Amino acid sequence: MNLSMKWLSDYVKLDDTLAPRAFSEAMTMSGSKVEGYETEGSEIEKVVVGKVLSVEKHPDADKLVVCQVEVGGESPVQIVTGATNVNAGDYVPVCLDGAKLPGGKTIKKGKLRGVVSEGMLCSLGELGLTAHDFPYAIEDGIFILQQEEGAKIEIGLDIQSAIGLNDTCVEFEITSNRPDCLSITGLAREAAVTFDKPLNLPQPEVKHESDDIHDLLSVEVKSPALCPRYVAKAVKNIKVAPSPLWMRERLRACGVRPINNIVDITNYVMLEYGQPMHAFDYKLMQGGKIIVRCAEAGEKIVTLDGVERALTPDMLVIADEKAPTAVAGVMGGEFSGIMDDTNTIVFESACFNGPSVRVTAKKLGMRTEASGRFEKGLDPQTCIPAVLRACELVELLGAGEVMGGIIDIDNSDRTPTRIPLEHDWINRFLGIEVPREEMIRILERLECTVDENDVVTVPSFRADLQHKADIAEEIARFYGYNKIPSTAIRGSAQAQLTGLQKFEKKIGSTLLALGSTEIMTYSFISPKYYDKINLPADSSYRKSIVISNPLGEDTSVMRTTAIPSMLEVLARNYNNRNLSASLFEIATEYVPTEPDKLPEENQKILVGMYGDGADYYALKGIVEELLEVLGGYDCDVIPEKENPTFHPGRCAKLMLGDKPLGILGEIHPAVLENYDIDARVYVAELDETLLYENRAADKEYHPLPKFPATTRDIAVLCDEDLPVLSLRKAIQKAAGKHLDKVELFDVYRGAQVPEGKKSVAYNLSLRSADKTLTDEETGNIMKKVLKALAELGAELRS
Amino acid sequence: MKTALEQIQKGALEALHAADSVKALDEIRVKFLGKKGELTAILKQMGKLTADERPVIGQLANEVRASIEQHIESRTAELKAAGTAARLKAETIDVTMPGVKRPIGKQHPLNLVLDEIKDIFMGMGFDIAQGPEVEYDYYNFEALNIPKDHPARDTQDTFYITDNILLRTQTSPVQIRTMEQQKPPIRVIAPGRVYRSDAVDATHSPLFHQIEGLVVDKGVTMADLKGTLEIFVKKLYGEDSVVRFRPHHFPFTEPSAELDVQCFSCHGEGCRLCKGEGWIEILGCGMVHPKVLSICGIDPEEYSGFAFGMGLERIVMRRFNIDDLRLFYENDLRFLNQF
Repeated sequence: MNLSMKWLSDYVKLDDTLAPRAFSEAMTMSGSKVEGYETEGSEIEKVVVGKVLSVEKHPDADKLVVCQVEVGGESPVQIVTGATNVNAGDYVPVCLDGAKLPGGKTIKKGKLRGVVSEGMLCSLGELGLTAHDFPYAIEDGIFILQQEEGAKIEIGLDIQSAIGLNDTCVEFEITSNRPDCLSITGLAREAAVTFDKPLNLPQPEVKHESDDIHDLLSVEVKSPALCPRYVAKAVKNIKVAPSPLWMRERLRACGVRPINNIVDITNYVMLEYGQPMHAFDYKLMQGGKIIVRCAEAGEKIVTLDGVERALTPDMLVIADEKAPTAVAGVMGGEFSGIMDDTNTIVFESACFNGPSVRVTAKKLGMRTEASGRFEKGLDPQTCIPAVLRACELVELLGAGEVMGGIIDIDNSDRTPTRIPLEHDWINRFLGIEVPREEMIRILERLECTVDENDVVTVPSFRADLQHKADIAEEIARFYGYNKIPSTAIRGSAQAQLTGLQKFEKKIGSTLLALGSTEIMTYSFISPKYYDKINLPADSSYRKSIVISNPLGEDTSVMRTTAIPSMLEVLARNYNNRNLSASLFEIATEYVPTEPDKLPEENQKILVGMYGDGADYYALKGIVEELLEVLGGYDCDVIPEKENPTFHPGRCAKLMLGDKPLGILGEIHPAVLENYDIDARVYVAELDETLLYENRAADKEYHPLPKFPATTRDIAVLCDEDLPVLSLRKAIQKAAGKHLDKVELFDVYRGAQVPEGKKSVAYNLSLRSADKTLTDEETGNIMKKVLKALAELGAELRS
Repeated sequence: MKTALEQIQKGALEALHAADSVKALDEIRVKFLGKKGELTAILKQMGKLTADERPVIGQLANEVRASIEQHIESRTAELKAAGTAARLKAETIDVTMPGVKRPIGKQHPLNLVLDEIKDIFMGMGFDIAQGPEVEYDYYNFEALNIPKDHPARDTQDTFYITDNILLRTQTSPVQIRTMEQQKPPIRVIAPGRVYRSDAVDATHSPLFHQIEGLVVDKGVTMADLKGTLEIFVKKLYGEDSVVRFRPHHFPFTEPSAELDVQCFSCHGEGCRLCKGEGWIEILGCGMVHPKVLSICGIDPEEYSGFAFGMGLERIVMRRFNIDDLRLFYENDLRFLNQF
């Protein structure tokens, strides 16, 4: 909402010394947030009104003329111009030497083809104006000033004062609960209370009326719920003409383009009262009837913008006997505007149901100035003063003859809202001590009344005041938010991370320590991402939560796996020539459950890497270290050859009992091709919830060993494809409680090892907690170990 | 004999002086003081002396021994020191050569600052709550006093899954879920992802993070709201931060406010950073609307509370002078490694 300060001054007289900045600051702090302000013409300097004394041909240029212009100095100035519309006796805007124009342009004295020019004559455009602002002037030539009402065309006067280009426009951000402030009168009310000045809102008055609207027109409201009030008044013998300067100035300052007196009046009233108005051409109303009804199925309308729109029965229309002429509260029909031959008009000043207008405007895809106002809920009590104001302006502008009578179909609920003034509660709630009398004073300034029983009656234009908390806010706003003290919350509270939060923190810090950098990725992906990771067509992972109104296909489903997100980031880094990467994310995956139920949101740990030092075992090392830090898990590693995202020979499933804990491996080359990565990439995904649920109990201290360990190295020959984990498990089982440690230290293939076999060497450390093991005891353990290994086909190397 | 002793002493000292290794010193010790050494040989002849001479010569012999031993010792120390010095000299390296780096990961800047914010609030007794990102319309809107077709819904363009399920547009639904599950006193913050249908550009993202806060107890006042959030801002931005509470509107708080911090760059004068306003908006807040308390089964006559919500990305962007929000989700290591 843009506010013209000149317009505001009609209703509230603020101190002359109040600068726009101080005004903005105070209004912002009382709840009407100022986004910015701009003083018209503030960029213009040293441009004055001049009178052209003579126009002579330039001696050396056919297309230039030399003017002598009186600008209020001792002698006239000489200006050379190429314009052809300047004549002696014209009043024109003159840039003097050193003048500044909008856009930062500076005008200096100079010579044109050898003749001195002491400045420049201005066009409308050079002053930042258009022919809409000054309909009497042309755009392609010098702006020849006219002495119209309100203008001060005096030689030597600065151009801003001369043509009223000196208003300050303040831009407000009005919150959705205050549609009343989308108007000059609403902001005037707020300003009057903010600055504690009297508010002067005159009642509009029409002086002369002839005939009666009821002889012309009847109005029927068929859907009173969607149209609580419909008011109409007629004007005959209208004379369409440009509006006077003062009206054009104010419209311009509020960002509305002047068109003609009738259109300008409807816009002026909308800005002043916040009440959208429509002017219908009477002769196009078939049957002299206005019917406010819901659209019929299949009905269509061509709106003012020339677009044909299909209507549905939930949309309210303004119709005549035959067809809709406007979409109620949104936009008029093609022929509902003012034409050259319009003689009689009907002003509509109505109140439509907010949600209904909102839905209609949304469905038709046309949010208009009017619909934006109606949908916030307007005050039905404004309909009458607004239409009277329009008629008053018609008289003032001589734009037509106002007809007698008024049509007013009022189905609105006139019961005012009453709220108890709980003065103690408000003080306790806000933490202040404001006397009851002061609260009453503030409320009365806001045009509430407070009766002897401390019941507040709310004015009709303040539909936002419904609860005692709303009253508390009004008190707080004008007492001053910043005068409310700052106190600490009473009572004690202990805060602690939950077990899961601590667990997650540990995961993060461990992965960071392991050299992985944290990433954050979007939770929604493109369904094509499932193709990119080669998921089969029937994979259950393709059943995602689908966004019904996505921004685009690439953010249209909630991911069921975060692996593509990780691959996208790895690919981006690879393509940005980052030579290596080790990344992790604690990512959410969204798994659909039942229709109309929320999905499961599962936390997963993703680790991904490529480049220097990245290989399957480096990735597995990170995973193993992480599991170790988190408390150690007895999980099984099973070669995974079926997962189409991964290299069939370099992928493993991690199982915790019968539950899948995660997967890790090298990404399948076909998938890498989809991501344009020409390097080997490794990704692991672990289930955080499962890890948390199966976490080890708190750590327990074990006494340091008192007796020495005995170590034994063994090397066995086994089949190439026997996973070494099964050898390790066999050793652990066979060696039993005396096995202190077992470490794989060599895997060898080649000379002396038969084809299809490998040699695997382990270092075993055996120890008893209460004695030194004898050679015999050690020997017995080793025998059991070798026997167990032999059962797996692993024979001791001789 | 006296002369012989003096000779031994002289000879030993000369030899010691000339010795250039610990090994040579050892040989000297054997030669003079050893069992078959020269001094021992002399002492073996002590029996031939008279009773008068014996103590005199004995004393002299002891002095000579002590002198030699002392010299061996000091010479040993000297040679050791020289040896160490020579080794250290030979081992000198260029200490300005780069160190061998151990790989260490970097925390994402959003989580880096989020952890700081969590710490500040935990210090004031706030627990950390969580709620689903795919949420019922009821929790995201209805229970927050935003019925269907309320104009406030327009300001939060919503991604819908079905008519009743959506991607939460704010972390405020966690307020409702917390109040449903927990009796007052309540003190929580709820950080998390939120979704709005905004096209991606330097300052907008369809996914971003908010941090919600909620306090409900007997006798909680707007003054408490101000006090708590002022402490937060001063801890986050420094003790000299200047804040103001500006009236605003949210359907689920009344009175509502936005908290602005005076621009760090121009100190309120107005500059490019604060778009000429002199203030930078940090968060929205207000007293929990009594209707919302009632919806959650908390009696507004007995309890009151305040709530607040802030956008994490904007706070982090300001902290590190990041001018493009997209960088957070692109995860380019050249960006991530800077934090």
